[in-house]
Amino acid sequence: MTEKAVVTASKAEHQVKSGAAFLIDALKEEQVEVIFGYPGGAVLPIYDEIYRSGMNHILSRHEQGSIHAAEGYARITGKPGVVLATSGPGATNIVTGLADAMIDSIPLVVFTGQVATSIIGSDAFQEADVIGITTPITKHNYQVRKPEDLPRIIKEAFYIASSGRPGPVLIDIPKDVAILDGKVEGEPVMDLPGYQPNTQPNYLQIRKLVEAVSSSKKPVILAGAGILHAKASEHLLQYAEQQGIPVVHTLLGLGGFPADHPLFIGMGGMHGIYAANMALSTCDLLINIGARFDDRLTGNLAAFAPNAKVAHIDIDPAEIGKNVPTKIPVVGCAKEALEQLVAQDGKKPELTEWIKTLQDWKQEFPFVYDRESETLKPQRVIELLHEKTAGDAIVVTDVGQHQMWAAQYFGFTKPDAWVTSGGLGTMGFCIPAAVGAQIANPDATVLAIVGDGGFQMTSQELAVMAELNLPVKIIIVNNHALGMVRQWQTDFYEERYSHSKFDYQPDFIKLANAYGIPAFKVDNEADASAKIDEALAIKGPVLIDFDVEAEENVYPMVAPGKGLHEMVGVKL
Amino acid sequence: MKKGILTLTVNNRPGVLNRITNLFTKRNYNIESISVGQSEQENISRITVVVHVEDENVIEQMTKQLNKQIDVLKVTDISNQSIVARELALIKVLASSQTRTEIYSLIEPFRGSVIDVSKDSLTIQITGESDKVEAFIELLKPYGIKELARTGTAAFPRGTQKQSVVKSFTIV
Repeated sequence: MTEKAVVTASKAEHQVKSGAAFLIDALKEEQVEVIFGYPGGAVLPIYDEIYRSGMNHILSRHEQGSIHAAEGYARITGKPGVVLATSGPGATNIVTGLADAMIDSIPLVVFTGQVATSIIGSDAFQEADVIGITTPITKHNYQVRKPEDLPRIIKEAFYIASSGRPGPVLIDIPKDVAILDGKVEGEPVMDLPGYQPNTQPNYLQIRKLVEAVSSSKKPVILAGAGILHAKASEHLLQYAEQQGIPVVHTLLGLGGFPADHPLFIGMGGMHGIYAANMALSTCDLLINIGARFDDRLTGNLAAFAPNAKVAHIDIDPAEIGKNVPTKIPVVGCAKEALEQLVAQDGKKPELTEWIKTLQDWKQEFPFVYDRESETLKPQRVIELLHEKTAGDAIVVTDVGQHQMWAAQYFGFTKPDAWVTSGGLGTMGFCIPAAVGAQIANPDATVLAIVGDGGFQMTSQELAVMAELNLPVKIIIVNNHALGMVRQWQTDFYEERYSHSKFDYQPDFIKLANAYGIPAFKVDNEADASAKIDEALAIKGPVLIDFDVEAEENVYPMVAPGKGLHEMVGVKL
Repeated sequence: MKKGILTLTVNNRPGVLNRITNLFTKRNYNIESISVGQSEQENISRITVVVHVEDENVIEQMTKQLNKQIDVLKVTDISNQSIVARELALIKVLASSQTRTEIYSLIEPFRGSVIDVSKDSLTIQITGESDKVEAFIELLKPYGIKELARTGTAAFPRGTQKQSVVKSFTIV
């Protein structure tokens, strides 16, 4: 505790409580609505306090389920998801989720139990060096040594997780710290002299950008997830319309700009649309707002945006210039930057010809698949889901082919309706993340679009959906294979299908039924349409196992090592 | 390859050094030397990191990534500044009665000092910039170095800077 804290506290009453009680009270103070967790030996004192306080807690069936659910919750609400796991295996089971949240900038506050301070380092039962393990995959982490430190640490953790570039913060709590009493005087005061996130962009850089836009002939905005984190969708729309600049989205940015808007070119990157990748390849001014120039977006860096002056607006200064040399760096929050840009109201560039070129590309090279096919095409399933929900749904996906098809064919028109594991590419993400998304927004239609591979990684979380009667619509895009792996083996490994096809699979219908979840199997378009209607009418979880064309591949594609302009499969 | 020197002030808390070295591993940067110790302020340590990098962008990226660490208070890239930098080395070198005088004659111009003597060896302490320490070690090698310990560089900017060499970052 700092000297300052002691001074401000001098008049306030002091409190004596157990570490666990401090923890629960601090969570209430942060207005936490729900904890996603799984109990165990080292967190028993905390669970006892949850029991007493009546705090809302969702019991997953595996700690990985807890943390992905918290990620889904955080992505939809924008508030930090809260996770509680026990020491040792409980903590190591959340490692994947931490790495996922770190790379996709998802705010989380994660509590892990730890063995008592007296036996830390002795290889005690269920001991793991959680701080050591999680340091590279958290924004920050703490090991609490005294109960009275908890209120301050928790306050700091929520602030760090949700401010600046969001991310996961982990708090490791030894069992004795949870049990023992501590004495705290007054309100906790944060002590973070090394953490001052800057949200306000530099005016001179904004002016440079305004001038660059005015004199550009082929500008394009690349909008990333930073738009969604900053809740800046409306500002982006306003700015793009004011200056008439076309918009390309990253995978994670989808929904930040309405897909049905004439200025929307589409998603860029490895499986992006031709027009978007050509826009990036031929533009003279690239305005990146809240994207981190991930390699799946840029393709071969040497060939990326070769003629463009690059402007980059990012809240994380380290992202600027990391992968792509940047002429106009703007450190700050996307929302504040866009507000300033709109207020500048710079001279609008003349872009008629540029827009026409992009529109022509868009028309000539849309996403395509064989619509005459006898078999059920996975792309058609996505289109049907969009039609049947009128696009008014939260789409949660896993990782792989179905994820790309969902991104290509769903046509997102609203922010915060898209939950996917982008940076880490975590299979098994979908089912638990859908739990969290549905809890975040109980009235929304949540579509959990998942492959048959990823579904089997975390299908145990069906129990949570059934128990809480969460009306998630689980859509298995079943091609009896790890489709994306199989696709790469087709294209780059001369069809040597090493362990990418499932010769044995459980009966997903029976599996769902075992959890008390109604389920349908569908293998043709007529049934697909009818069963989606039926599923949407059910007021509870439901699963549809779509037996889709097994050989279908995701196109177009920028092969690894190629430039964005070298797309293959743009036409049937 | 270019030599870079970063100086950091950090909270003196458990695990902070691990955070720093971890970051270098995570970002695929190689540390040439690292030295840590208390700074002039209580509870604040100073870390000096010497790196070899391809180009200046890598040092800028390192600086920014280090700055994101919550426990890092300040990072300064002093690669292009006028600095004071010192390293200390302890060298135990074989010294027979025939070579002993010869070795003593090397110590003098390098301003080293003999801090331990045994029947067949001398232990020499030398301080200075890394290049000097390096040169001295090279000179001693033919005699047979039994043990060598180096502290790594400790450094900070000189009290007075020549204006032209202060590196200005593009990001404000």
